[in-house]
Amino acid sequence: MATGIKDKVVILGMGCSKFGERWDCNAQDLMVEAFEEALADAGIERKQIEAAWLGTAIEEQHLGKSAVPLAMTLRLPYIPVTRVENYCATGTEALRGAVYAVASGAADIALALGVEKLKDTGYGGLPQRGRGALNDLFWPNISAPGSFAQLAAAYRAKHGADQKDLKRAMAHISVKSHDNGARNPKAHLRNRITEDDVMRAPMIAEPLGLYDCCGVSDGSACAIVTTPDIARGLGKKDLVAVKALQVAVSNGQEVQYDQWDGSYFATTRVAAARAYQEAGITRPREQVSLVDVHDCFSVTELVTMEDLQLSPEGTAIRDVLDGFYDAEGKVPCQIDGGLKCFGHPIGASGLRMVYEMYLQLQGRAGARQLKAPTWGVTHNLGGFPSQNVAAISVIGAYGA
Amino acid sequence: MSTDDFGILSFGAYVPRSRLQRSVVAAANAWFAPSLKGLAKGERAICNWDEDTITMGVEAARDCLGDRDRAGLSRLVLASSSLPFDDRLNAGVVANALMLPSALRGLDFTGSQRAGSSALMEALEGGGAMGPTLVVAADARKAKAASTQELHYGDGAAALLVGRGQPLAALVAAHSETVDFVHQYRMHDRAHDYAWEERWVRDEGYLKIVPRAIDAVLKKAGVEAGAVTHFCLPGTLSRIQAAVAKRCHLSDASVRDALAAVCGDTGVAHPLLMLAAALEDAKPGDLILLAAFGEGCDALLLRVTDAIATARPHFGVKGALARRREDGNYMRYLSFNGLLDMERGMRAEPDKPTPLTVLYRNRDMIQGLVGGKCRACGTVQYPRQRYCVNPECNALDSQDDYPFAERSGKVMSYTADSLTYTPDPPTYFGMVAFDGGGRMLMDFTEIDAGRMDVGLPVRMVFRIKDQDPLRGFQRYFWKATPA
Repeated sequence: MATGIKDKVVILGMGCSKFGERWDCNAQDLMVEAFEEALADAGIERKQIEAAWLGTAIEEQHLGKSAVPLAMTLRLPYIPVTRVENYCATGTEALRGAVYAVASGAADIALALGVEKLKDTGYGGLPQRGRGALNDLFWPNISAPGSFAQLAAAYRAKHGADQKDLKRAMAHISVKSHDNGARNPKAHLRNRITEDDVMRAPMIAEPLGLYDCCGVSDGSACAIVTTPDIARGLGKKDLVAVKALQVAVSNGQEVQYDQWDGSYFATTRVAAARAYQEAGITRPREQVSLVDVHDCFSVTELVTMEDLQLSPEGTAIRDVLDGFYDAEGKVPCQIDGGLKCFGHPIGASGLRMVYEMYLQLQGRAGARQLKAPTWGVTHNLGGFPSQNVAAISVIGAYGA
Repeated sequence: MSTDDFGILSFGAYVPRSRLQRSVVAAANAWFAPSLKGLAKGERAICNWDEDTITMGVEAARDCLGDRDRAGLSRLVLASSSLPFDDRLNAGVVANALMLPSALRGLDFTGSQRAGSSALMEALEGGGAMGPTLVVAADARKAKAASTQELHYGDGAAALLVGRGQPLAALVAAHSETVDFVHQYRMHDRAHDYAWEERWVRDEGYLKIVPRAIDAVLKKAGVEAGAVTHFCLPGTLSRIQAAVAKRCHLSDASVRDALAAVCGDTGVAHPLLMLAAALEDAKPGDLILLAAFGEGCDALLLRVTDAIATARPHFGVKGALARRREDGNYMRYLSFNGLLDMERGMRAEPDKPTPLTVLYRNRDMIQGLVGGKCRACGTVQYPRQRYCVNPECNALDSQDDYPFAERSGKVMSYTADSLTYTPDPPTYFGMVAFDGGGRMLMDFTEIDAGRMDVGLPVRMVFRIKDQDPLRGFQRYFWKATPA
C-alpha cells in the first residue's frame, strides 16, 4: 500500500457559516462567511493560497457550473481552482483535493470550500432533478428518504430486529442529535425533542418520519491546509493533522450483483478499513474519541455505527439505546448536531464534519467540548444505499 | 378458409385491479344527475394511473402467450378506440414489451367499436398462409363526470392467438355489415364520446342491424340458431342481449353475461373479452356466436374443439376478475382521468423529457426488460453493461440477452415514499431479488397499505413510468407487483 497521507498535511485554519434557512444570503455570501473565518483563523492573506477546490453538488440551484464562482467570489489571484462533485460526499472530495495538493508538494497552502444554497427551491427536502438520460428511463421514482428507508427493511430482515426496537433506536438517535445541536450556535435546528415527538411525527418514507430526516440547509464550510513545517513556521502550535482520507465508490455490486443484502454500506466498510489502516487505528471502538457521520436519516447513522466497526454487527440498536453514542457516551456521535441538526448544505457537509473535529481537538468547541479527544472520524456519504460514495477522514493531533 | 389445424390457439385477458363502485359515483353526482341512481349497481374496472391501452394489451398478450415461443409470430394487431398515440405504432410498443422479433407485421386497428372483432375476423379468415397472428384488443375510454358512460364503461383487454396448430376453436363463418348508423362518436380532438338516444339505438340499431348480421352468418354456416351454445354480444342497453337473442331465435341459455356488474363495457376489447370468457366455459363441440355492434355489425361463428379441455390461460377472464380491489375513491378516479385540476405541488413540476435516441438504443433494456447473463461466469445482471458486474469476472462484452419480464422475484427491501411525487401517493419502491439471479431497484405498483414486506413474492408488469405533459409523451417501464 502507498504510504498514505498521515501527518503530511495539517489544518491551518477553518471556517463555517451559520447553517440554516439563510433567506438573507446568496451562495456567494455563505462562501464569504466561511472563508473570512478560515482566513482569520489561518492568519494568512488570500494571496498565499496556491490552489483551491470548490465542492458543490446541485450547482444548477445556485452557483452554476465550474470553479469560476469560487475564484470570482473570493477574488482568488489566477490560481488553479477546481470544482468537484460526488453526491453528498462532495465536501470531503474538495478537502481531498486540497490535502493531496499539499501532500504532493504541488502547493504549500491550499483551500477547500464547500457550499450549498438549497432553500431557493420553494419546497422542503432536496431539490428534484434528473439523474441522467438513461437512468431516468428505468430508475424508480425515489426520494432520498425513500432510498435510505430501504435500509430499515433489510436490516430488520437480516438481524431479526423488532420493528419497535429499531424505531426506538432511530428515535434515540434523533433525540440525541437535537440535544447536541441545541448547544451549537451555528446549527440549523437548535430545539430539543422527545422520543415521543419522533414516534408521532408525520411519515415521510416508511419507517422514516419527519424527525428521522436531517435538515436541508444553506451553508458553507472552508478549510485551509498546509504542511506541518509551514504551519509551525507561521507560529501555529497544537497542530491538527489529517491522518487519513479515504473514498470508496460503488461499482454496481450492491445494485446488480446478488451478494449485498441491503442492510449496510459496502462502500463505508471498505473506506473505513482503509482509513483506519492509513491512520494506524486497529481497535476503532476503543480508540476513536468521537465521530461525525452522515446521518442524513436516523437509520443511516444506525447502520453506519456497524460499518465503521464501532458497534459489532447486529448490535447497533443496543449500543444506541445504551447511550454509547450520546454526548456523555464512550464514542460521542454528532456532537455538533450532525446533518440532523447542524444541517445539510450538501457540498459543505463533509467540511463541516472536519470543522467540528478541528474545534474539538483544539478544545475550542464551546458548550459541547469533549474531554481530551484524540482521534476524530468523519463519515461523509453520497448517493443511495445501493449505489453511493463513502468518504472517510481521520483527524488527530499532529504526531500523535 | 379454416381447416382442421387452423384457428384460435390460445387466449388471455386482463382487467385492471381497481373496481370503482358505481354506487359511489351515483351518490357523488346525485345532486346533479339523480337519474344515475338507476345504474348504481355493481362495479366497473378502472385503469390505475400507470395503465392504459398499451399496458393492458401487453398484460393480456402475456396471459395469452404463456410459455409459447414468441419468435414465430408473424402479425401483431392492437385494436382499440383509445390508443395513446395517434402517430406512433402502438402495437410496436406492445411488440417491444413482448420482445417480439422485428420481422413482424404490426398493425393498429381503430376507429370503431368493431375494431377488435374485425381484427379477429381478419386473422381468422386469412387462413394459415400469413403465419401466426396475435390479436390484442384493449380499451380505456374516458367519460365525462356524471355521464352514463362513466358508469357503463370499463377498462380491460383480451388477446387471442390465431394460427396453425391445435386450435381450441375454429371459425365456421363470418359476416360483416357496415352501416353508417351513428349511435355515438368521438372526433380525434375530443376526449369523450357523444351518444344519441338509447331507445333509437335499440330499435333501429341493435334490433335491426345485429339480427341481419347474425342471420347472415348462420345462413353461411348452415347452422340453426338453436344450435348456438354461447351468444356473446357487448352492449350496455338494458336487456339488449336477450332482446336480440329472441329476435334471432337464439336460446335464452346461450345468452352470455356482458360482465356489466363486475367489469363494465370495455369497448373494443369487449367482444374479445366476452369470447375469452365463453372459451373458459366452453366444452368441445360448442358453437360460439360473437356479434359486435358499431356502425354496422360483425358476426363470427366459432366451433370449439377438443383442445379446449387443456387450453387455459394463467389468469383468463375469471382470474383477472378475481384479482380485484374495491375502489370507493371517486375523487381519485376523477384525478387519474384528468377530470380534476388538482394542486400537485412543486415536486410535480420537474421536466421529464425522453430522449428518443436514448430510448431507441436501449429499447430492449427499457421496454423489454432485457438484462444480461455472463457467458464467462454465469452471473445474471440488470442492466446489461459492457463489463460483467461479478468482481471476480469483469469480462468484457461477455453477456447474452437475459429477459427478466417473465421472471418471478422477491422483495428484498422496500419503502412507502410520501415525499417523491406520484399521481397516487405513496410511491412504493424497493429492491427485487429475482428467482434465478439478478436484482433491480424498481417501482412497485398495486400495493395495498400494510401488505408490503421483505420476502413478498412479486411478478413484473408493464406500466407507464412517467408522463411528459410538455411534449405530450409518456414512457413505459416495468414494475413489480404482488404475484
